[in-house]
Amino acid sequence: MSKMVTLTIDGIKVTVPEGTLLVDAARQAGIHIPVFCYHPKLEPAGMCRMCLVEIGRPMIDRNTGQPILDENGQPKLQFLGKLETACTNTVSEGMVVFTQSEKARQGQKATVEFLLTSHPLDCPICDKGGECPLQDLTMAYGPAQSRFEYEDKIHLAKHVPLGDLIYLDRERCILCSRCIRFQAELVGEAVLTFDERGRSSQIVTVSDPPFDSVFSGNTTDICPVGALTTADFRFGARPWELKAAASICSQCAVGCNIVYNTRREARSDGRIVIKRVLPRQNEEVNDLWICDKGRFGYHYTESRARLTAPRAEGRPVSWEQALQKAAEGLRSASQKALIASGRLSNEDLYTLKRLADHLQMPAYLYTPIGGGEWVRRYGLSTGSDLSALGKGDAILVVASDLYEEAPLWYLRVRQAAERGAALIIAHPRTTRLERQAPHQYVLRYAYGDEGEIIERLRREAKIAQTLHEARNLVIFFGNEGMGLEQSESLAAACADLLVETGHAGRIHNGLIGVWPHPNAQGAWELGFQPIFDLQPLFETMDALYLVALDPFGDGWVRQNGRKPFLIVQDILETATVRQADVVLAACAYTEREGTFTSGERRVQRYYPAVPRYGDSRPDFAITAALGAKLGLNLEAQSAARLFQEIAGAFPAFKGLDYARLAETRPQWPPTGRADYPFSGTAQPNTQGMGKILSAVAEGTMTPLPPTMQKESLRPEEGTLLLVPIHRLFDAGSLLTPSALLHGRIGAPHIILHPKTAQEAGVTAGEKVLIEWEDRQAEALVKVEEHVPVGVGLVPRSMGIPLSRAARARLHLAERVR
Amino acid sequence: MSQYLLLRHREIPEISRLEVYRQHGGFEAFQKAVTTMTPDQVTEVVKASGLRGRGGAGFPTGLKWSFMDRKSWPHYVVANADESEPGTFKDREIMEGNPFQFLEGVAIASYAVGAQRAYIYIRGEYQHIARWLDEKIAEMEAAGLLGEKLFGTDYSLRIYTHLGAGAYICGEETALLESLEGKRGQPRVRPPFPPTFGLYGKPTVVNNVETLTNVPLIVQNGAEWYRRMGTPDAPGVKIFSLSGRVKRPGNYELPFGLTFRQLIYEYGGGILDDRPIKAIMPAGASSSLLRVDDRVLDTPLDYVALRQFGSDLGSASVIVIDDTVSIDWVIQKTIRFFKHESCGKCTPCREGTYWMKHLIDRIREDGKEEKQVKLLLDVARQIQGKCLCALGEFSTMAVVSGIERFPEDFRETVLEGVPG
Repeated sequence: MSKMVTLTIDGIKVTVPEGTLLVDAARQAGIHIPVFCYHPKLEPAGMCRMCLVEIGRPMIDRNTGQPILDENGQPKLQFLGKLETACTNTVSEGMVVFTQSEKARQGQKATVEFLLTSHPLDCPICDKGGECPLQDLTMAYGPAQSRFEYEDKIHLAKHVPLGDLIYLDRERCILCSRCIRFQAELVGEAVLTFDERGRSSQIVTVSDPPFDSVFSGNTTDICPVGALTTADFRFGARPWELKAAASICSQCAVGCNIVYNTRREARSDGRIVIKRVLPRQNEEVNDLWICDKGRFGYHYTESRARLTAPRAEGRPVSWEQALQKAAEGLRSASQKALIASGRLSNEDLYTLKRLADHLQMPAYLYTPIGGGEWVRRYGLSTGSDLSALGKGDAILVVASDLYEEAPLWYLRVRQAAERGAALIIAHPRTTRLERQAPHQYVLRYAYGDEGEIIERLRREAKIAQTLHEARNLVIFFGNEGMGLEQSESLAAACADLLVETGHAGRIHNGLIGVWPHPNAQGAWELGFQPIFDLQPLFETMDALYLVALDPFGDGWVRQNGRKPFLIVQDILETATVRQADVVLAACAYTEREGTFTSGERRVQRYYPAVPRYGDSRPDFAITAALGAKLGLNLEAQSAARLFQEIAGAFPAFKGLDYARLAETRPQWPPTGRADYPFSGTAQPNTQGMGKILSAVAEGTMTPLPPTMQKESLRPEEGTLLLVPIHRLFDAGSLLTPSALLHGRIGAPHIILHPKTAQEAGVTAGEKVLIEWEDRQAEALVKVEEHVPVGVGLVPRSMGIPLSRAARARLHLAERVR
Repeated sequence: MSQYLLLRHREIPEISRLEVYRQHGGFEAFQKAVTTMTPDQVTEVVKASGLRGRGGAGFPTGLKWSFMDRKSWPHYVVANADESEPGTFKDREIMEGNPFQFLEGVAIASYAVGAQRAYIYIRGEYQHIARWLDEKIAEMEAAGLLGEKLFGTDYSLRIYTHLGAGAYICGEETALLESLEGKRGQPRVRPPFPPTFGLYGKPTVVNNVETLTNVPLIVQNGAEWYRRMGTPDAPGVKIFSLSGRVKRPGNYELPFGLTFRQLIYEYGGGILDDRPIKAIMPAGASSSLLRVDDRVLDTPLDYVALRQFGSDLGSASVIVIDDTVSIDWVIQKTIRFFKHESCGKCTPCREGTYWMKHLIDRIREDGKEEKQVKLLLDVARQIQGKCLCALGEFSTMAVVSGIERFPEDFRETVLEGVPG
């Protein structure tokens, strides 16, 4: 423990650890020292000069080292004669601070007056108005009248796009550099900087493409003025018109805590709609941040492709008719199966599993990554927290590009590495984490050699030693280049490594699957099984109940003559919906409540944000109604009661209920209205920080030494190996409705090493025809050095229906024509 | 004794040639230090000499060296050759005329603080000097005066030059270090100071060119010898850059303790057209303006002497102003300069200089309205004591002292009618 220091701020005695910044110490004592450039998550810059205070330090006798006392026996204080910044001075024993003295107030007033000389004061049309630190601190500390001649005011560009998603208003910018420092310090991507100097200083982006970061939206939360606004929200609504609903982001398995801000508005036909997404503080999950996919990807919930009513044989029907038809289809089928995805809540999946058991049909999980069974046993357990990892700990990331697949994990892993954790990355190519994190060991292997990764880690002396000696070990695994079977074997090997190195079954230790869906872990926990190959199911089953998946659109299956009776339950019109015999219209997760289990095995609640679309219903309610037709009595009304059933049935969930999931713990930094100047507009967490599931027999089951059941394809001389990769911004049906992301999504493309491109006779920017197996697709060529030679990387869900690695040929599209 | 300690090229024209410099005792001090003294002994000699930084702040040089954090390595020495203060042109003459003595000073300082790398940060406009020093450094390397295992000891040293890109702020030592690291030239928050956290976060001594050029002679001749010159507060000699309304502007190397009267009338030849002297800016554009009277003219100069008149000697860039010059014009010049050079990092300087520039322009155009003059004074005072670095402070010196000490130059004037 660090030494504690006691000081006096505005007459209040405060005791904090040595090294604490004065501004933080004051805040802990409930004293708000005004700040613009300071942010508790960033290194202090001392630039804005808003936090000027008077600091007195006890005079120390040089000979005795003791404080010099005055005639009253009190330590004599020495003041510097000028004001000092509370954000750059650390506390010291006996310090006496005045934040509201006449002199301090004069200094603070001066800073506001100076800032306002260059500020347009266009609050009436500014998006930040109503939640603006400059506005608030001007009211609290500023002069009521300006002495600055209006005609001397500098006028600057007000609509400067910094990339597709963020706009800069140069007039409003007070040059605090929070955005620059957020990108450089926290994310490790110095994509913003100052250009020019003095009053001509301006924020510019220096990356190509501009503002090349998936965390860009966070800069608008910490911008203390209306200078940075999102393309999504700007001029969209006033903050005080918005209502807030606590939720969990559904774009990946991290489970970022968010808030949906909603408003009823005329231009949406009087509906209540989502206006923006803000991060909701959870220092155990996402701190104060979310990624741009989470912030801007919600528009699918209001897509024109939303299913508003059930259908049978292509025609809208009543719920009664649709359910009757679906029930008949299931009842009459001798071979039937249920396939569901991790987009569904625990309550939905539990209900579906009950129905599947009742009908004695298998319940499959639609997932490109296997191994959830191992995560269930060797995942994180109650009380674990990635932010507890640092010096002495190790993090292993295997076959996953966290930046593209789970950005907040990228951020947290990078931060753990910054704190001193050893980072071991095993990946076939260079990923951003490798470029931007310290303390790392890299294991490069060839595509197809996934089966050897863990063995090779054991053989690398330095890495093996690090793994064994690590106080805590967390392993992330993905599926780059692998099929489902291989990723399952990899998970088993990772679990084996945890056991071997003595890390299994301990808090802050465990296996994390980088699932693409928010609740895949929930499905694994609730007993869903992976399905290695969907195509045979579609060729042999009599009936299939598909919930929240689009295998036709994803290219995982194709229509081959015989077709089972298809019941498709989803929220959007998809290629699979178009094949359905019965369509059951589910409502989006934003329109109901439920829980997701994140990849860290953290169960978290989300709450309804907007009313249901059309005649759509929650998935669990639909399944319960279907069950009712098939002689199964299921809870159809209350997600909370369903969760109670889960807690009763599954030991890992024991003791949890909605009330416990809604519990919060005190967090630093403080957030909320009064702290907007301090920590930004990330929302306080009042509706639950979630709970990590308890351990399931960890340590008692040793995984078998893994054997690759099936070899993956390897690059070979003279051929091209196509490998599907995950990109954050893909053209999936859930993301394309967010029009502002189209620039980030781009066109279907294939990424080649310059040498491979040369051998294939293609160059960057050309359109090529890719042929593999019996399929083909067109794509633009991108050439990047980090791709292994002989490999073509093809992003998933980008219009090229490649579900697993395959050998391929390339032709120039022009030549083909 | 010769007349010059620093500007020795004025007596020995060929001293910029290595063999000539060596014929005149060059590099004996460096060799003596490396082969016969411990680093701490070198520091002690410099401390005992009373040498103070010639860049403007006048901080005791040896004391600065002794602050180097010995728990953190490597150490660096950086020579501040970013001579950018308007009215200062002494370092240029040293580096052009007597480069080896300066480089020897860099080398001795490096030895004293245990640095094996030294950098000379040179203002961008002195590109020719950087090339010139590069040649001299190469000659030293060829002669075994720089490089590995010098004079048969384990001590190794390399010196590099680095050009700035035209920013006054990079003369501020932490901004200089940022710039040297390849970043934007903006000052850092202090503390920590460079001897604890300097170049690349390592302990670093930053010394002015003139300061370092004193060092070889101090090591060679001893602290006592050096203390015989100048005043007890400021031993040794100082180069005064004299400019403005004088007959013979230029650099004058003179011992501390001389007076403005001597400097301006004896050495500078007096005021142009023999007009009355009105004001002195003793430290370039950063000066508080001195209203000149006999007391000012006859005060022996050192680092404390001018404080009684509310000014500072600074880098001794003495700009002389006579009665043909109006002070409002002078402060317009300085405000424009500082507004142009403000780095923009901290609010009071960035916004305050911009505001002052508009105010002084209006005052000079619209006839010195009392309200505007008062506001200008208010704004300048409002900047004071709130900035991140000294530059912001400097921007207000001439403004506040000019308005306070020369009120007659800011009295409201009735503008003459413009025809039509």
